[in-house]
Amino acid sequence: MRYILRRLGFFLVTLWAAMTVNFFLPRLMPGNPAMAMMARFHGRLNGDSLHAMEVAFGVNSGESLIAQYFSYLGNSFTGQFGRSLTFFPQTVSHVVFSALPWTLGLVGVTTIIAFILGTLIGMVGGWRRGGLFDSILPPLFIILSAFPYFWIGLLSILIFSISLGWLPTGFGYTNGTVASLSWGFAWDVIRHAVLPAATIVVTSIGGWILTMRNNMIMTLNEDYVRMARAKGVSSARIMFDYAGRNAILPNLSGFGMSLGLVVSGAILVEYVFSYPGVGYMMLQAVLNEDFPLMQALFLFLTLAVLLAILVVDGVTVLLDPRTRGRT
Amino acid sequence: MSAVTSDRPRRSPAGLRALRSLGRAILGNRKAMVGAILLAICVVMAAIPGLIAPGDPNAEVFMPGQGPSAQNWLGTTSYGQDIFAQFVWGARQSLIIAVVAGLFSTLLSALIGVTAGYLGGMADGLLSMLTDVFLVIPAFPLVIVLAAYSKGGGNLMIIAVLVLTGWSYGARQLRAQVLSLRHREFLTAAKLRGERNWRIITHEILPNMVSLLVANFLGASVYAILTAAGLQFVGLGNVNTNSWGTMLYWAQNNEALQSGIPLWAVVPGLGIAGLGGAFALLNYAFDEISNPVLKPVRRRKARLTAQGKAP
Repeated sequence: MRYILRRLGFFLVTLWAAMTVNFFLPRLMPGNPAMAMMARFHGRLNGDSLHAMEVAFGVNSGESLIAQYFSYLGNSFTGQFGRSLTFFPQTVSHVVFSALPWTLGLVGVTTIIAFILGTLIGMVGGWRRGGLFDSILPPLFIILSAFPYFWIGLLSILIFSISLGWLPTGFGYTNGTVASLSWGFAWDVIRHAVLPAATIVVTSIGGWILTMRNNMIMTLNEDYVRMARAKGVSSARIMFDYAGRNAILPNLSGFGMSLGLVVSGAILVEYVFSYPGVGYMMLQAVLNEDFPLMQALFLFLTLAVLLAILVVDGVTVLLDPRTRGRT
Repeated sequence: MSAVTSDRPRRSPAGLRALRSLGRAILGNRKAMVGAILLAICVVMAAIPGLIAPGDPNAEVFMPGQGPSAQNWLGTTSYGQDIFAQFVWGARQSLIIAVVAGLFSTLLSALIGVTAGYLGGMADGLLSMLTDVFLVIPAFPLVIVLAAYSKGGGNLMIIAVLVLTGWSYGARQLRAQVLSLRHREFLTAAKLRGERNWRIITHEILPNMVSLLVANFLGASVYAILTAAGLQFVGLGNVNTNSWGTMLYWAQNNEALQSGIPLWAVVPGLGIAGLGGAFALLNYAFDEISNPVLKPVRRRKARLTAQGKAP
């Protein structure tokens, strides 16, 4: 219980830190670049939106810094981020929520696939250390993880879309089709997601493999594994229930860090494939100097990562009885 | 005082020995060999691009959009620049960014990680919290936000941003290492001798973490290479300089893939991957070399290899 409370506290602190960074960054930059941006809104905004953006960027507001800070925090919690410049009459929250499902789908699914595959490969690699399997797959994927995500994406477009013509080059669905809940549309979305997803899986799997393999090797040396062997427990059970279950714990706690990396890579992958998710939107916002949209997207990405970490913490509690202790 | 003077000569041979064993380890490890060779190629290109590809790499003097030929080994861009020359000249920036950002990240990691681990208590709690927060906030979005606000800052801005977002992972590792060293006898001895804190840190703790620091530097450099390339690729660096990231930016902007000059996008990517791969391979090899010596798990590992060899 105390473990969960501590993690919740961390969640809040990090979220607060991200918001604070958002608040102070534009103010710290020389010449406050947001000023110029606000000028472009001139006369097109009123009421709540205007006020939300004035306190967020510290422009034209008669209030003190502290008052601005607190109204900014309040606005963030209630989803008042003002309006987007790129997609003008729409509010920032509206744009964010239209992009979020794409990214959650893409990054969520690929992260789970990469985690499961990587953990399995690492587990088997560590189990049969030095075997054929172990000497090919782990080094291969570790080298692949040194490649830039977006470049692997470019390469896969070149091979699978342009040369072979098997899959579309980009975007989330065929241009012109209407989003609907039909099989045809779902198939279209999946076809468009294959290349970006494969790119993310291939480049992010190496980290999981490496840590899992090393942990597995450590765990296999524990006395309880030897004891299990002596008792005559079947190999598969030792691998999964005895060694695997314990070796996976550091991988889970490393999940947070890795997720940040995956999200970072996914932004560029989305950009390469013009995939209509948060990363693509964010870069669009940057190119148009659409700071309210950019900041809100940053905040939501952080929030998504933090929520995923909370879920993983929950799983850790289930797998590791030590975290359930009373102390 | 005698304790200090007898301390000195014992240290430097140890450093020398470490260097020699490092050389031997690189030669003996295939991954390290490949990494070192890749790195050497990049260093040569960065040092003397003018000798390998003479002339201005940005001169638009060739037929645009050509495939490989005797004159242009890798073809030309759609502006009529030689891709090979651009590739060779691009190495310098990527390498400089990698090394400088890697170095400063490692310094910052060491400063925060070692301080936290050594001081303990309240200071440790706060610094660890700071480290964890920076670890968890997704770095690249933050990098983008930072870069967007400080547009046009060039390489210095990129390096600053990379250091600011890249130190946390190392700090956490170094802190853990300090914690595991903190109760060793040689540190107790140093404290009993009455050594000052900063001296204990610089003369007793840091020499014992050299290989971890090197590993950290390599890891931070890989991060710097990939992130800088990403930033330049989306046009957040200075797009008028020569680097592999900016090459990719121009290639993407001119739809190099679709218009039949894929080499324009493929080649700089290979450069980035080669340089990143060199650091990653060296790091991986380093892990294998340094882990059994340094980490507290060494006895367990040694036993394992002994068992493996025994039957």
